[in-house]
Amino acid sequence: MTVTVKNLTKNYGEIKALKGVSFDVASGELFGLIGPDGAGKTTLFRILTSLLLQDDGEAKVHGFDVVADYREIRKIIGYMPGRFSLYQDLTVEENLNFFATIFNTTVEENYQLIRDIYHQIAPFKTRRAGDLSGGMKQKLALSCALIHKPEILILDEPTTGVDAVSRREFWDMLARLRASGLTILVSTPYMDEASRCDRVALMDRGKILSINTPAGISDEFSRPLYAVKADRRYQLLKTLRSYPYTRSVFTFGELAHYTDSRDDFDPEMLRSHLEQEGLRDVRVELINPGVEDTLISLMTTESESIVDGNKFGKSGE
Amino acid sequence: MSIDGRYPMRTIRFIIQKEFLQIFRNRLMLAFILLAPVIQLVILAYAATFEIRNIDLFVVDQDKSPESRALIDRFSASENFRIIGYSDVESAGDHALLSNDAVMILNLPPHTGRNLVRDGRAPVSLRLDAVDGFSANIASQYFLQIIQSHNEELGSMQWKADSPAHIGITVSRWYNPELNYQSYMVPGILVLLITVIGGFLSGMNVVREKEIGTIEQLNVTPISKTQFIIGKLTPFMILALVMFSFGLLLARFWFEVPFEGSLGLIYLIAATYLLVVLGLGLLVSTITHTQQQAIFITWFVFVIFILLSGLFTPIDSMPDWAQYLTWANPIAWFIDIIRRVMLTGADLRDIWVSYFVLMTYGILLIGAAIARYRKSAA
Repeated sequence: MTVTVKNLTKNYGEIKALKGVSFDVASGELFGLIGPDGAGKTTLFRILTSLLLQDDGEAKVHGFDVVADYREIRKIIGYMPGRFSLYQDLTVEENLNFFATIFNTTVEENYQLIRDIYHQIAPFKTRRAGDLSGGMKQKLALSCALIHKPEILILDEPTTGVDAVSRREFWDMLARLRASGLTILVSTPYMDEASRCDRVALMDRGKILSINTPAGISDEFSRPLYAVKADRRYQLLKTLRSYPYTRSVFTFGELAHYTDSRDDFDPEMLRSHLEQEGLRDVRVELINPGVEDTLISLMTTESESIVDGNKFGKSGE
Repeated sequence: MSIDGRYPMRTIRFIIQKEFLQIFRNRLMLAFILLAPVIQLVILAYAATFEIRNIDLFVVDQDKSPESRALIDRFSASENFRIIGYSDVESAGDHALLSNDAVMILNLPPHTGRNLVRDGRAPVSLRLDAVDGFSANIASQYFLQIIQSHNEELGSMQWKADSPAHIGITVSRWYNPELNYQSYMVPGILVLLITVIGGFLSGMNVVREKEIGTIEQLNVTPISKTQFIIGKLTPFMILALVMFSFGLLLARFWFEVPFEGSLGLIYLIAATYLLVVLGLGLLVSTITHTQQQAIFITWFVFVIFILLSGLFTPIDSMPDWAQYLTWANPIAWFIDIIRRVMLTGADLRDIWVSYFVLMTYGILLIGAAIARYRKSAA
């Protein structure tokens, strides 16, 4: 195991940021940490990168304890913080050179690692980092995190605030890096990015709700899931929520995702009920649950409340 | 330690290189850093003077005798006083003082001349606006000087003293024979300039890395705390010394301040002093999170140090507790040393105690900054 995390806890005063988090990441794995803002993803990464001390539990990266062997940790990880953290007043080239030299290496020595990524920003190498577009900033940050040939790459929400095309490109780059044998830990609030990972951990309010492959996560969704549509969305939600057999309901864009509490549920029963309540153009279809459905359903079970899926506001492209 | 502890100096060199890249990129700031001391030195050295000229004096001459006129002539001949009005009514003097037209009233009561001739003594009175106690004090000194020299000629006229003291005083002014005010002030102002620039620049720089978030990226690298602090210290040390050199050139060739001591010693002391100032700036930056906080704390500390430094008010005239405080005031130590070296030609043997104190502060502050700088948060 390249990363082992055991029962990690961290409190900021009253706020419990991590409530006993445990997971393992295998060598060469692309591991995703998925959850809404405030789930504890950044806190977890800051502990793994030795920037923050945990209250309890232990974490090891490549066999090195994040507290006792922090010096070793800092040599072998490449970290890309959620916020752009390069020198905005230095050029692309100067940033890259600086981060290479402080790791006692040179850009030339490890150029093959970043070639794919860097050649895209190379035309702008004399431009100040602060003047780059969001997508190019991400590429530069990734290049800087890779230039010292790390054993493991830790990326905190690398695609947040980046346009859809750049996001896809970024994940393509991660896939290539993974293919070269690098272990990658990445966090994201975008559910649709889960499918690009080998395994994902669903995280919410300081806890890991589930760890599985993207397909496995969807399979965990135990009940048949229905997408319900009608002419008036608000009225539809209200009606569904007051329906006695509703197990869960949440909005999903234009649709409502619905599960029923009965084993012998027939979608036709729901359709006629909704029409009786005055709704028109009602459609009820059985669908395959996605990672987001699982996360929301797991979060719902946790908090015993009906969650509005749109709260994420980030359900992809 | 560097990545394997093999090349610790290399890493420091790269940090310094990066700092200079950033400093030279920020042209406006660079121009300001280099020009500000020149401008400030010129302005302050001319403006911040203890010498008071043209004190507005109102004369109430109720006597109008040749003797009273002789005394008044002495005042009008002095550069320190400017007579703005005469009257023979006492209330006119009060009026001039109250309306802020005059800061001083010289009152020569009736029969001054007659008493002087008959008794050999005559009281005159002085009233002055002492809102600015410091100036008032100096003004009354000038006043006394004029009366005294007048007395010496008359051997008789008295100003509120009982016995006609006739002790001849010969003043010999060492090191600054013409009492050249600028020779005294310019070295002190030079000290303030490198203090402010050095202290603020170093502190701001690290806090800015915190604000922008670049410190996060630096902290996950194998750069050690010592390397980081030294890497941050050196560029500003060099910058401040360049500024200091500008100031020295100006002091020598524009203000013609005498350079009695060795130039090498002056630089040695300046570099040592900068350790203190930069150390303080860096220490503040390690305990603050925003540039605003850092500016506030640095400013607070520096204002106290500057006011108690002996630059504007002599340390000897401060209350005891404040005099003890100057022991902990690096600015006071440095001003004292630099004045002694520049004006009196003191060498290291003469100033080693002060130098040792400065050195100790420097080492303590840098040590504290290194210790306080945390690469990980609890």
